[in-house]
Amino acid sequence: MITRLLLAMPFLTVAVLLLLALGALLFKRNLIKMLMGLSLMESAVNLFLVAIGYRQDGIAPIFTNAPQTLMVLPTVQALTLTAIVIGVATSAMMLSFAMVIYKKYGTVDVRNIRKLNG
Amino acid sequence: MDIPWTLQTGAGAWNPLLWLVGFAVAFGVAWLVRSRGRPDNRSGDALKPFISGNEEPENAGGHIPASNLYWGFTEAMKAYYSRLVPFHTGIPSDYVAWLLGVMALMLVIALTV
Amino acid sequence: MMDSLALHLPALLVAIPLFTAFLIPLAGRAGGTVRSALVILGAALTSLAGLALAARVFAGGTVLYVFGAAAPHAAIPMDSGGIPIRIIFQVDALGALMVVIAALSSLAITLYSLAAESRQSGKDGFYSMLFLLVAGVLGMVSTGDLFNFFVFLEISSLAGAALVAYRIDQGEAVEGGLKYALLSTVGALSVLMAIGILFAQYNALNIATVASRLRFGALDMIALVLLAVPLAMKCGAVPMHFWTPDTYTTAPSSITALLVVSSQASLYGLFRILFTLYGDLLRFNWAVFGWFLVILGALSAFVGVTMAIPQKDVKRLMAYHAVSQTGYMLLGVGVGLAVFADAGALAAYGKTAMAGGLFHIINHAMYKGLLFLTAGAVFYRTGTRNLNRLGGLGHAMPWTMVFFMIGALAIAGIPPFNGFASKLLIYESVFRFSPFLAILAMVVSILTLASFVKVFHSMFMGPPRAEFAGVREVPAPMIAGMAILAAFVILAGLVPQAFVDRMIAPAVNALVDRAGYIAAILGGH
Repeated sequence: MITRLLLAMPFLTVAVLLLLALGALLFKRNLIKMLMGLSLMESAVNLFLVAIGYRQDGIAPIFTNAPQTLMVLPTVQALTLTAIVIGVATSAMMLSFAMVIYKKYGTVDVRNIRKLNG
Repeated sequence: MDIPWTLQTGAGAWNPLLWLVGFAVAFGVAWLVRSRGRPDNRSGDALKPFISGNEEPENAGGHIPASNLYWGFTEAMKAYYSRLVPFHTGIPSDYVAWLLGVMALMLVIALTV
Repeated sequence: MMDSLALHLPALLVAIPLFTAFLIPLAGRAGGTVRSALVILGAALTSLAGLALAARVFAGGTVLYVFGAAAPHAAIPMDSGGIPIRIIFQVDALGALMVVIAALSSLAITLYSLAAESRQSGKDGFYSMLFLLVAGVLGMVSTGDLFNFFVFLEISSLAGAALVAYRIDQGEAVEGGLKYALLSTVGALSVLMAIGILFAQYNALNIATVASRLRFGALDMIALVLLAVPLAMKCGAVPMHFWTPDTYTTAPSSITALLVVSSQASLYGLFRILFTLYGDLLRFNWAVFGWFLVILGALSAFVGVTMAIPQKDVKRLMAYHAVSQTGYMLLGVGVGLAVFADAGALAAYGKTAMAGGLFHIINHAMYKGLLFLTAGAVFYRTGTRNLNRLGGLGHAMPWTMVFFMIGALAIAGIPPFNGFASKLLIYESVFRFSPFLAILAMVVSILTLASFVKVFHSMFMGPPRAEFAGVREVPAPMIAGMAILAAFVILAGLVPQAFVDRMIAPAVNALVDRAGYIAAILGGH
């Protein structure tokens, strides 16, 4: 029972993080807080990707002095690294958008950044 | 090179060349009819728009602006537009909410049906 | 040498625009003429590579390219135990169709941009991002690997968002870019989550491998929804279409035309997921997901066109029409998806409906691109997009007017242009599926014609206005770009059956042939 709960811990964390992130995206009115929520969502998905990489009885794929030959493919780590880099680029671009919007509109309240509507 | 000229739709066929030939024939007939009419009302004063004898308004005065062009349509569909347009708020949070809403609906449908 | 070049075409398809994108800032240091020359060279080479690859695929079947292997078609390495472990580009006839669309559009749009953006600053960034967007789109439609698809999806989303916000002196463009980036990122993250779920179960990222191992449990259905709904959002399907008018209005017109192509690539992704990844004849719920596409399509068609009629901004109006036309594509292919399990109905009208939907994709990319480029041409000369303030440009800009007429007649489905051909295929097959939907589609077509008559009247008809006295025709590169697209519109309208025989029917067969797609990699398992 405790083992199952511990094994499920990363996925529970992912669920909590996702809920917090979606809450920030949907219910916060400040653009910067929405972008924080987006960054939180990226972290949640990255944690999910690393957590699914676990394979029972497998070891890291290092061939030197390996105790056994049953090894785990490092694919998820590659996926996570790519996702982190994409997340960095996205956050940088969207924060610069937020800066320009603040300069042009004078506000970061998304309810007032609505020149394009209807 | 054998070029297929007819589009087969499974229930019928459509040949653009035949359509063009028909269009050309109709155009020719119209041209023929026009050329047999009075030769003196093809230029000058005869080309001005007839507005029941009134003067043609200055420059852009007679040009209906785009917003008023389909007033009848938008007025008749007022019940539809008054409910649809407010959905397009322009707030990004609402856009994300719609995406998540459709995702939730499809999750329920896909897992139960 | 030519043989080895032909062998590496799929890699060149993505490598050339990426390489050009990163060379452009260097070329920009040497001056504007050097940069323009590099831009033309890069666009021409990319389009050439795309058309050559498409010709190879239509002539000889699916083309495989395995990155990093000893031979480009060695999908399964010797020591892997039967698993295709490397990133594989798998271009079948449907992918080749999308490559043709991307190749032709990017060439026309790049030519157009050379003149349209000549007065802007920051052109280094503009052209780099443009080539990154082209690379992203080409990669999305060629890849046979799920995570690779995600990476190219993100590349095209980020480059697209940056390009939308190009004119940062106006706050609205940045607002449009922000909305596009926000929605794209949320969608892409859920796609990544779905890819994670699939990898966790099947230990593979290759589409063919996952398709052959799919078990259709609850987790797989969750992954399908997490994949399909964001991709439907990226193509602008109602009710997730709200970003489309905001983004398409404020982007530079050439970028809007390229964003249309990017949306079609997401549509390709949606079809690939539904038909090839999940399309098992017995275990997949064809009716539910078919009707999902059909309902989305019908809603998009109707809501798109009715929202377009009262618009005052010409590009916002055209953006709503893009939503509406995407509805036609979803409707056509959705009908094919819904009747897939019924072999008789599939042969009678399902495949024709899919052919209509796929033909509509390429037709729409061409005439919608043409319309956006003409709107951009008018904006370039007059400085306004407001239909209430435009008027009487018919004599001043005759070429633009002719191209606009061609595009408007094509989108309304008037013979003899290409819109009529694909719409006829959709009407006749959807009628046998559900008469109400076919009549709805025809009503939408009439309303489309109505709104474009309004735009034509407001922009080109009427007496010349005093404030536009000095307006002349647009420069030659812009006319050349528009002419390329208009030529396709006219050609596909005159000989539609030739296009259906050579490009669309192979694409439909490739989409329907899930076993063939899997066997190309795993060798007949």
